[in-house]
Amino acid sequence: MTNIAIMIIQPVIAMLLAPMLLGVINRVKAFFAGRRGQPLLQPYYDLWRLLHKGVVYSTTTSWVFKIAPVICLTAIILTAFIVPLGGGRSLLSFNGDLIFAAYLLGLMRFFIVIGALDTGSSFEGMGASREVQFSALAEPALFIALAAMARQTSSVSLSGIFSAVTPQMWTSNCATPLLTAAAMIIVLLTENARIPVDDPNTHLELTMIHEVMVLDNSGPDFAFILYGSALKLWIFAAILVGMLLPMNQMPLWISIPAAVAAVFAVSVFIGIVESCMARFRLISVPNLLFTSISLAILSLVFALRN
Amino acid sequence: MSVILTGIGLIILTGLISLFIRDAKSSTRFGAVGVILGSVISIVPAIKVLCSGNAISLKVPWQVPYGSFYVELDSISALFLIPVLLICSIAAVYGCGYMLAYKNRRLGIPTFFFNILAASMAMVVMARNSILFLAAWEVMSLTSYFLVTFDDEHESVRQAGWIYLVATHIGTAFLLAFFIVLGKYSGSLDFDSSSMLKTIAPAASSGLFLLALVGFGTKAGIMPLHVWLPEAHPAAPSHVSAVMSGVMIKMGIYGIIRTLSILPNIELWWGWLLIGLGIVSGLLGILFALAQHDIKRMLAYSSVENIGIILIGLGQGLVGIASGLEILVVFGFAGALLHIINHSIFKSLLFMGAGSILHSTGTRYMDLLGGLIKRMPQTAAAFVIGAIAICGLPPLNGFIGEFLLYYGSFSAALSDGVRLVVPTAGAIAALAVIGGFALAAFTKVFGIVFLGQPRTSQAANAHKANAEMQIAMWIAAGLCVIIGLAAPLILPAIIPVISQIAPVVSETTAAYISQANKMLLTIVAASIVFMILAAVLVMFRYRLLRNKTAAQSPTWDCGYAAPTPRMQYTSSSFSQPIVDMFKSVLYSRSKTVKIKELFPEQAQFESHTPDVSSEYLYRPIFERVDWVISKMRWVQYGVVQMYVLYIAITLIILLVWKLK
Repeated sequence: MTNIAIMIIQPVIAMLLAPMLLGVINRVKAFFAGRRGQPLLQPYYDLWRLLHKGVVYSTTTSWVFKIAPVICLTAIILTAFIVPLGGGRSLLSFNGDLIFAAYLLGLMRFFIVIGALDTGSSFEGMGASREVQFSALAEPALFIALAAMARQTSSVSLSGIFSAVTPQMWTSNCATPLLTAAAMIIVLLTENARIPVDDPNTHLELTMIHEVMVLDNSGPDFAFILYGSALKLWIFAAILVGMLLPMNQMPLWISIPAAVAAVFAVSVFIGIVESCMARFRLISVPNLLFTSISLAILSLVFALRN
Repeated sequence: MSVILTGIGLIILTGLISLFIRDAKSSTRFGAVGVILGSVISIVPAIKVLCSGNAISLKVPWQVPYGSFYVELDSISALFLIPVLLICSIAAVYGCGYMLAYKNRRLGIPTFFFNILAASMAMVVMARNSILFLAAWEVMSLTSYFLVTFDDEHESVRQAGWIYLVATHIGTAFLLAFFIVLGKYSGSLDFDSSSMLKTIAPAASSGLFLLALVGFGTKAGIMPLHVWLPEAHPAAPSHVSAVMSGVMIKMGIYGIIRTLSILPNIELWWGWLLIGLGIVSGLLGILFALAQHDIKRMLAYSSVENIGIILIGLGQGLVGIASGLEILVVFGFAGALLHIINHSIFKSLLFMGAGSILHSTGTRYMDLLGGLIKRMPQTAAAFVIGAIAICGLPPLNGFIGEFLLYYGSFSAALSDGVRLVVPTAGAIAALAVIGGFALAAFTKVFGIVFLGQPRTSQAANAHKANAEMQIAMWIAAGLCVIIGLAAPLILPAIIPVISQIAPVVSETTAAYISQANKMLLTIVAASIVFMILAAVLVMFRYRLLRNKTAAQSPTWDCGYAAPTPRMQYTSSSFSQPIVDMFKSVLYSRSKTVKIKELFPEQAQFESHTPDVSSEYLYRPIFERVDWVISKMRWVQYGVVQMYVLYIAITLIILLVWKLK
């Protein structure tokens, strides 16, 4: 009974706290810039406002534009059911669930891209084109990193991998988790449209990727998309945390809060990265992703040595 | 068995009769009814065989030297026969609507060839005698040649037909050698005498495998033997492209699988080779697909990619057999076989969609289209289902096959042997990249063709696809959804096929199979949850918007006052970053008129990606061959007496040789 309660509480925490990550990132960036920054709960206010607004549709768009935000959000919520938090099993865990999760993210991407193309705007086409290019390169890095961790922990499910991360693993072979983490951070920044790949705050359509794809969305549709991307950030942070921290040894009433704290630490880290770096030129982004793939391969090599 | 032969006979008979029906519309309809009836009759025993695993066969002596009319339907044959019959029936329905555009021509002829093509593919998978097999194989190749060259007033179509004819016969030449050597070793040209093969030397076995790989691989379109594919598929009428790409190229895969089931002592390097070829075909196939502007050509390259995915699965299975890793045997073969079925469905759906576009707009060029979703809503909806399925995304059927392949690779990566980890980790990485680029390629096709604004008047004035075409597309789209949700029911039917290829079924195998089934059940449950969740969100969104006004406005144009549809992203601009990134393998050619002064009058960019292997590999070879043959022309005087003399000399030489 308590098991099921814990399984349910994990995605609920993710769904409730995900927008806060954006708030934290904003505050960190404000701190580095010497400003006070917006309230921590600003993303929630924004979502609330958007949900109660009407919508504006471009005359070019069709049903694809209306269905895309719904499918994107559905896919990412289902992913939240798969990714565990704090060492426990997730609600939807089975052998090979990591493949399912990665492909749900693919479904999300498919719909956000065709939703962007539906507007017929060249800016959104540009964003869509960059999105598919970069994510196609992030995909192998993600999969090889997962394979390395699977090999290291002898498990083919996210819940299994996370619960097999122990202090002993760190002492016996710290190269694999470290390299995997490095690869995963690059994947995280790419997939979530953060600096140095994409600048979520820019106001120039020509340089944006994710934001430019949703230029024409408004009202509840836009709220769905914003919330979906917040949840996506949460999920990637949770995967990163789960791969690094040995949570299984602790009792759940410590490990779940610890994992939540670690996820927020990731968002602080993203805020620091965004404050200290500029966005890369688009041409050099593939190099960054190739670096990520190489790191993942190295990590697999170290996992094989064991 | 007689039931199936009756069904196939019916398909042939109606094809023959339709030759004599003058009226174009009724002749296609008559032929189509024949295909459907024949398929319904034959598919029932095929399903029975697949479910029970008991083979049925028939052997009748034949007048042909070394030949016998020996047909058998076992699990492998049944697994291929069912898609053949299914896709041919769907395509026949589609063809009824599609061929109406040519109703001033004698449509009895293509109908006849279509029916014979369907029947010959059924014979290919059932034949158990080399002579019978090669006859069916040749009929299949020739009928499809005549279908490819249907539009023969276009120069490009004749050229495509010629390339196809040459390629298919080069493949057949290797098959001829393969069957002769096989017959030599087994002592008979029937396939079931393979027990004799147990004594075959490993080297000879490998030689046979390579011969079969080239011969069958040409038909399957393995890179770099794929050159005929991007030529022939666009040239053929769309329902024929659907059949060719959906099932005919799978006959090559059937041949490879049949060969594997016959040959003893499977070696590890065969698996490595297949995985390597699969990775090359998959990656280059999808990259070339991404660089194309012609929808059907793009779909043809995507078939090369999917053949690559199937090969990766087969290769994993072989690696599993050779190294005794049963989990890899089960998941590799199961993934490959499921992907064969799935690809036959979604690729024919996409080809039928492309045909509808061609039918309604008169062009296959993506950059001339756009906004078709408003004009052809049904086609667009069916097409997007096909696109999601071919990208391997859940909850549709494409995901299931790829999931099994990934899972097999992941499990093998956990095993002890480092030698196994390299090919499997390579497969994981390749599948991930292929998946990413497939998503790029198919969002591009759907987005550029169906979404946005029409770029030309052809696209703006497109008409709906007619009823037969829509019905056919919806059946295929429905199958994509059904197979996605019924995967746990289909997997048990595939197991006998695996045990026929690799006789390693043991208790551990059974455990892996039940494990696979459990995973598929979970995935199906998750897919259902997905649909419920989506429905809830749709309702939530509806409630939020119930009392609000939905305003209409133009797309955000960045303050520019006079946007035109020509400013939209095109297929070239969409794929340009990726194509540019891989310019060292794609060799795209572009023509640019650059902007020179302050107020330029004109700027232009044009890109074109020809096939590298046909340009740089085959063209030089065939030019040399042409040169050599032209030097030999003196042998051929055109004087009949001379030829009689040649025959006489040959006979004397043979006689002397034999006497010695």
